Amino acid sequence: MEGDIVQMGAYIGAGLACMGMGGAAVGVGNVAGNFLAGALRNPSAAPGQTATLFIGIAFAEALGIFSFLVALLLMFAV
Amino acid sequence: MAAEANSAAGMPQLEFATFPNQVLWLVLALVVLYLILSRIALPRIGSVLAERTGTIANDIAAAETFKLQAAEAEAAYHKALDDARAAAAKVVEEARAEIQKDLDVAIAKADSEIAARSAESERRIAEIRESANEAVTAVAKEATKDILAAFGVKADARSVTATVNARLKESAA
Amino acid sequence: MAEESGGFAIHPMDQFIVRPLLGGDTVGMFTITNVTLWMTLTVIAVSLVLVVGSRGRALVPTRSQSIAEVLYSFVYKMVEDVAGHDGVKYFPYIMTLFMFILFSNLLGLLPWSFTTTSHIAVTAVLAAAVFITVTVLGFVLHGASFLKLFWITSAPLALRPILALIEVISYFVRPLSHSIRLAGNMMAGHAVVKVFAGFAGALGLFGVLPILAVTAVYGLELLVSVIQAYVFTILTCVYLRDALHPHH
Repeated sequence: MEGDIVQMGAYIGAGLACMGMGGAAVGVGNVAGNFLAGALRNPSAAPGQTATLFIGIAFAEALGIFSFLVALLLMFAV
Repeated sequence: MAAEANSAAGMPQLEFATFPNQVLWLVLALVVLYLILSRIALPRIGSVLAERTGTIANDIAAAETFKLQAAEAEAAYHKALDDARAAAAKVVEEARAEIQKDLDVAIAKADSEIAARSAESERRIAEIRESANEAVTAVAKEATKDILAAFGVKADARSVTATVNARLKESAA
Repeated sequence: MAEESGGFAIHPMDQFIVRPLLGGDTVGMFTITNVTLWMTLTVIAVSLVLVVGSRGRALVPTRSQSIAEVLYSFVYKMVEDVAGHDGVKYFPYIMTLFMFILFSNLLGLLPWSFTTTSHIAVTAVLAAAVFITVTVLGFVLHGASFLKLFWITSAPLALRPILALIEVISYFVRPLSHSIRLAGNMMAGHAVVKVFAGFAGALGLFGVLPILAVTAVYGLELLVSVIQAYVFTILTCVYLRDALHPHH
């Protein structure tokens, strides 16, 4: 019984952790959208900034991966 | 959940017992890959790329020299063409001068011949006229003598001649 | 847990298990495992592409030589652009990292394969190698003045200690995020594919829908594999630039 409650808590926590992925989605969308807006205003400067774009996306996405990791840890490792 | 079938328990990523194994093989793989890349692959590809850049640069330089040579050849061709044109004009000029000279000589010769012929003709006309005049004078004298004789006048030869001459001069005038 | 609720038998994490290949149950340090197999295959694949592909040394490249040259100039340009001209010295090291990660990711997408880069242990070693190299390089090249990396002189004096603290923390979080990003991406993608594949098995005739989804996710995973290799490499270049030019 007690184990069931712990398991339930772990699953609920995993589900809650997955909400963090939404944040990562917003972040990645923000980075990409702003890049596109800037690139449309000044297309000649865009190719030089693609590296920065990917770095930005990677940083934003890493946080979503962290939340996914927390969910996995709660489901499989707790 | 920890009691699932075979080793599905938990995350395999957190099976710390497998870490030394993974790290060992990873380090080995990386070292081998690094040696292969830094000793064989990368110098080879780098040299091929450098060679290609060099070849392209050389080819562009060669093309540049060829272009210069072509321009030189074109200039030489134009020069040769101009020279040939000038020579041709000179030849034409010379030929024209020659012909003109011949023509002049021929015209001069023809003129002199014409002059000679016309002088001859004039002389003969003059001769003919002279002889004609003499004949007329003679005939006139004879006729006058005969006419006077017919009228029974013994004409003085000298006065007849003078009168006829005067009359002829009058009509010639 | 899945059996308890719905009756499917989906084990999305089973594909990441490290197994001895030549019999036996325990995984010791020198055991030949699937890790060994797939890392060896990665090394062989990279060698095939870069060494065998370029063996012609042709002035006008063949198709395989073009691939090798494109990869070479792609990474070379990245190192030169991001880390600066004096970063070119470390190009073989970065190329090794890039090719290893790229081919591990791509080979991991083959069915029944094992993705070495989905393991924290592997990516942590990769990231730690970069972190240690970069830190040691910074101190060797600049001595104690490498610490000025954390002392932002363009900020107001009052803020500098706080910023320094943040900078130091972020510096030490770098290897963590560097490694977890790669492992997490690989693990997440493969687990998602496996979950969808499990649905396909359970749904019978309607399994077509999950199969379509798997196809789409697989395409996304191809993209992610390449992008994560690129991101890992470009972050390595960024860290290298910090070590070579700490004064910005």
